[in-house]
Amino acid sequence: MNQDFITDASELALEVAGAGLRYGRTWALRGCSARVPRGRVAALVGPNGAGKSSLMRLAVGLRRPDEGHVTVFGRPPRGANLARVAFVAQDKPLYPELTVAETVKAGAALNPHFDTPGARRRLDDLGIPPRRTVRRLSGGQRAQVAITLAIAKRADLLVLDEPLANLDPLARHEVMEGLMAAVAERGLTVLLSSHVVAELAEVCDHLILVSRGRVQVAGGIEELVSAHRLLVGPSGTAPAGAYDVIGSSETERQTTLLARVRGPIHDPRWTTRELSLEDMVLGYLRAPDAVLAPRPVAL
Amino acid sequence: MIEFSLDKRSGVATYMQIVQQVEQAMRLGRLGPGDRLPTAAEVVGRLAINPNTVLRAYRELESRGLVEPRPGLGTFVQRSLARPRDPALERRLASWVREARAAGLGPDDIRALLESALSGGLTGEATA
Repeated sequence: MNQDFITDASELALEVAGAGLRYGRTWALRGCSARVPRGRVAALVGPNGAGKSSLMRLAVGLRRPDEGHVTVFGRPPRGANLARVAFVAQDKPLYPELTVAETVKAGAALNPHFDTPGARRRLDDLGIPPRRTVRRLSGGQRAQVAITLAIAKRADLLVLDEPLANLDPLARHEVMEGLMAAVAERGLTVLLSSHVVAELAEVCDHLILVSRGRVQVAGGIEELVSAHRLLVGPSGTAPAGAYDVIGSSETERQTTLLARVRGPIHDPRWTTRELSLEDMVLGYLRAPDAVLAPRPVAL
Repeated sequence: MIEFSLDKRSGVATYMQIVQQVEQAMRLGRLGPGDRLPTAAEVVGRLAINPNTVLRAYRELESRGLVEPRPGLGTFVQRSLARPRDPALERRLASWVREARAAGLGPDDIRALLESALSGGLTGEATA
């Protein structure tokens, strides 16, 4: 997908090629392929247990793939290259007894290129009191502190596991505002997982949809959405044209198809409708066996 | 400085809403030559949208010849779309809108009437 557009592999912030990950004898991921170009904000979407967290663990180098390979800016995520990746786990691990200021100091002690003035400024702009202990912060403030530390690490790829979980709508909006401003200022690439697709439509421009341990569909959101249509026509028939059916439903009167179209549908008995991102994602989630991802790269 | 707002139910693409709001502000004279548009970081820091959406809107405005990016400085309005104001015309419109409201018309009814008048579909004669 978009192979012509990406000529230099270093312009890919993340590349997952035929990757698999095993816990004991169980494969959590199998044959997964996806690419995230630099500067994109990629949504990692899928049901619980589909493999989102496993894919993130591969991206940030917490695990090495048991098959295939994973690269971050063209190199495996280990050694010196790990400095380019920052990970915020879902439980936002911070020390509850430390104050915000002490948390920043700890971040500086643990990371060689830590931007201490930048972190202090950002927390100040967000109105987070430096002397308050992490324990006494709200959920939204804790998320902001964790994301601030990740940004201050001067990483180029930010990987966030469910950054919006357990936050109220206002806090979610504020976290996203801060994150998008950092993307604009620093040219960051972001990979974030979420359940709530509606919330991602304005924020993300790239999608990786995982289901049952496989990448079901991956690519630029605009290209993906514009390539999919809802086709409605008489029951028991199929429209003429070039398309792949992702899912279908049938009543006595009509057939409804969610399809990826490869050309115009010329069939007067069929109507075609454009889809929203949410409709497209739901269509795939309802058809977990439909796979429309780049083929695994032969090694 | 112009501030953007989004209507998520309008069905108009977000980047196009930004384009339209800049054009509207230029028409009304709220933005004129030399004015700087907010940076992508400033916009997304208030709207929580993808920065590329803002850049795309600014590229569209640039291709329409309305704004010009100056590297390192920002994006600047290049020309004026504002017409000289005509207070008498504005007064008559405001008074007409008051009458329409008093007659029980809502904003959508008023917009529909205005659209119809613009496209020459209003003759003022009663139809059966």
